[in-house]
Amino acid sequence: MVKLKIDNKNIEVEPGTTILQACEIAGKEIPRFCYHEKLSIAGNCRMCLVEVSGSNKPVASCAMPAVDGQEIKTNSEMVKKAREGVMEFLLVNHPLDCPICDQGGECDLQDQAFNYGGGKSRYELNKRSVKEKNMGPLIKTHMNRCIHCTRCIRFAEEIAGVEELGAINRGENMEISTYLEKSVTSEFSANLIDLCPVGALTSKPYAFEARPWELKKTESVDVMDAIGSNIRIDSKGWEVKRILPKINEDINEEWISDKTRFSCDGLLNNRIDSPYIKINGKLTATSWGNAFEFIKSNVVNKKSFSGLIGQLVDVETTFAFKEFFKKVFNSNLIDFRQKNLFLKNSSLFHNIFNTPLNDIHNSDLILLIGANPRHEASILNLKIRKAIKVNQAKVFSIGNIPDQTYEVHHLGDNIEILNDIDSNNIDFSKVFYAAKKPIIIIGESVLNFKIGNFVIEKSKSILSKANNLSGFNILHQNASSVGSIILESYNNNFTNLLLSDVLFLLNADEVKIDKQSNQFIIYQGTHGGENASLADVVLPGAAFTEKEGIFVNLEGRPQLANKASYPPGNAKEDWKIIKALSDIFNKPLNFNSLEELREQMFDKYPILKDLDCLPTINYKDIKIEEVDKIEQNIKLQDFRYYKSNIIARQSNTMHECEKKIFKINQPSKN
Amino acid sequence: MSGKKIAKEQPDQFEFSLDNKKIIEKLLLKYPEDRKKSAVMPLLYLAQRQNNNWIPLAALRLISNILNMPYIKVYEVATFYTMYNLSPVGKYFVQVCTTTPCMIKGSGKIVDMCKKHISSKQGELNKELNSSWTEVECLGACVNAPMMQINDQYYEDLNESIAEKIFLSFKNNQLPKFGSQIGRVSSEPTNNRKTLNRNA
Ligand code: SF4
Ligand code: FES
Ligand code: FES
Repeated sequence: MVKLKIDNKNIEVEPGTTILQACEIAGKEIPRFCYHEKLSIAGNCRMCLVEVSGSNKPVASCAMPAVDGQEIKTNSEMVKKAREGVMEFLLVNHPLDCPICDQGGECDLQDQAFNYGGGKSRYELNKRSVKEKNMGPLIKTHMNRCIHCTRCIRFAEEIAGVEELGAINRGENMEISTYLEKSVTSEFSANLIDLCPVGALTSKPYAFEARPWELKKTESVDVMDAIGSNIRIDSKGWEVKRILPKINEDINEEWISDKTRFSCDGLLNNRIDSPYIKINGKLTATSWGNAFEFIKSNVVNKKSFSGLIGQLVDVETTFAFKEFFKKVFNSNLIDFRQKNLFLKNSSLFHNIFNTPLNDIHNSDLILLIGANPRHEASILNLKIRKAIKVNQAKVFSIGNIPDQTYEVHHLGDNIEILNDIDSNNIDFSKVFYAAKKPIIIIGESVLNFKIGNFVIEKSKSILSKANNLSGFNILHQNASSVGSIILESYNNNFTNLLLSDVLFLLNADEVKIDKQSNQFIIYQGTHGGENASLADVVLPGAAFTEKEGIFVNLEGRPQLANKASYPPGNAKEDWKIIKALSDIFNKPLNFNSLEELREQMFDKYPILKDLDCLPTINYKDIKIEEVDKIEQNIKLQDFRYYKSNIIARQSNTMHECEKKIFKINQPSKN
Repeated sequence: MSGKKIAKEQPDQFEFSLDNKKIIEKLLLKYPEDRKKSAVMPLLYLAQRQNNNWIPLAALRLISNILNMPYIKVYEVATFYTMYNLSPVGKYFVQVCTTTPCMIKGSGKIVDMCKKHISSKQGELNKELNSSWTEVECLGACVNAPMMQINDQYYEDLNESIAEKIFLSFKNNQLPKFGSQIGRVSSEPTNNRKTLNRNA
């Protein structure tokens, strides 16, 4: 341990700690622009100067390791003067256009200028002006405001893995630029906006929408993929203005993907705000009472009932839906799968990502089977990159996957390779078994009824030989998947599901429906998509930002999404709609509040109660089945990253992104 | 000084000559395989030598491929150092040092001469003299300030009229001898020895 004195306070820190970190441990705040916990140290802004005993110059604390016996002063006269000097230089070329800058109110430079800035400028020459850069549909640039901290460059290189940003020229002429003046081709590009300590990089879709102090801030959970990134929803009245990351070291650290951040304008477009019933082939707005009566009178003579659960549904709604089907329709024909997706059984082990997300970087070999983490769960891609960086991990794939921002060794397309690894038949087996902590990630593309079981069993067998069964990972694509599996909301004889006399679509927008004559379709959801227009009755529900609900992420970790806004118009929270409908049929579900609903749900599925915790799984009890060898070439399913769910599809920003970024992304580099 | 000018007209292709390829091979041996991007500066220099003293973007791309490093990183290096020209320069390429010591000794006047005889703007070609000029940072010959570099040679201890003479000599391709223009051998004091002087 290193012992040192900070402002006359004795503290002890780990060797290798920088002075800045030590000061933080001692509770002293050090102003900084270029230093960032998650990025490499650059030491170029000089704002973090402190006084260190024995040195007659002030020292940049972010780049200097703490040493035994040092005495540090963080608020002496010398420090204050030094920082004022730095500040004056930083402001020499800064336009000071705070009144028209979107960063105003949450700008590090503004805050620090408040503490260390002179009241008046001594600089009389012209300020330099820098051409704006084109960074695509998400990032608005004001390069005059840039203070050259290089955080953006380091993020693109170190975290996102797209080396497209750089500092060109030198000295006074230094500029941050993308070399081709093109969009940054990363699913994480918008994190640059958070990182930029000034208003040089701001959000394009949110430009001039609101000031930070006008917004209501709600902490919540993202549903754009199965990762469950923690987010902060900033809303003004009903409108969700923007979504920002909330730090959760176990999941998303402090990043979120562009889809998570920017599909929120989809929450405002094309919303269903009143119940509709189909009269003479046309959907007509009506009251809740009429809609319910219409349903009741239309289902009386029907024989078969089935329900489909969409990808953005919370567990409470799913639970209510399931109970409703049991009690009112006397049917258990409900499913959350909107495509051919194989499920082994409802045991957690077989359905989740067993390697905790914040442990992936400790593995040294990653085998992707039919998975495209970059698009199916972008945060996962950051974790894999981290494994490559800190642990020299190697990544292999079965099935050809597009660019992942790191090197992937393609083993081939035939699923038979798994058999060869299992029986030690190919060179790669040696590599695999030599790894200390190999993990396998299985994507939905190979989890179909034909080969799903083979892939699962072979992977288990291989991993158990490598002594790491906890490296068995299923990569689910949807926020509702794991929760629905825990609630056993699936039915393996679902071939007839789409053909039932009454089909209840709960936010199910991904499946193509071939409406039967005589079939009665109820759609409950948020947006007027294709399936809503097919339906005979449309019930307006609430989006994930407009209700409280639990979502289980792909690790099996239940998390609470909070209510930031309220459902538009006559729309209602989903469980309330289902409950009210059960009353109409005189078979009321026996809960009257969300709390009562949860109580019943937790009784049956206690695992959902442990919010934010990972499930415990006993790997010793896992049995491995023998399976017949299968030979089949696998192909990754197309995945439209920017349009993977109904909210994203309604978002203009996502539409722009797909047009601009996806197109450039297709042809290979250069 | 302003940001680096990048030629508007660019060749599509750039290839290293056979000789240079051999040199590159040798250069790369100096660095471990995973550090080969360290060779970026010598490679840029070779490209510049081969291509009439300037580097086209195609060469940056080629170098990024050879060294397996992102294009933007090569671009950063090429725009950072004044040594690299990213647009065509004259046959006589004048680099005037304007860093502090040279400035104190009157580099401003040399710059004026450049403006008068070569071109009013840096980096612009004077067809008649077949020459262009630019300001650069310290070239390490401060003791003989003010100074300038013409192609590979230093011309030191300048003043306005000397500079003028040199520029005009471009016309008939007869440059004066390089080095100190007031007869200094190296950087000894201009008016007699001051130290280690037995008679002092
Ligand atoms: S654009 Fe922002 S993050 Fe990038 S160097 Fe400038 S101030 Fe820093
Ligand atoms: S924070 Fe230390 S130099 Fe920028
Ligand atoms: S200042 Fe001109 S050569 Fe050093």
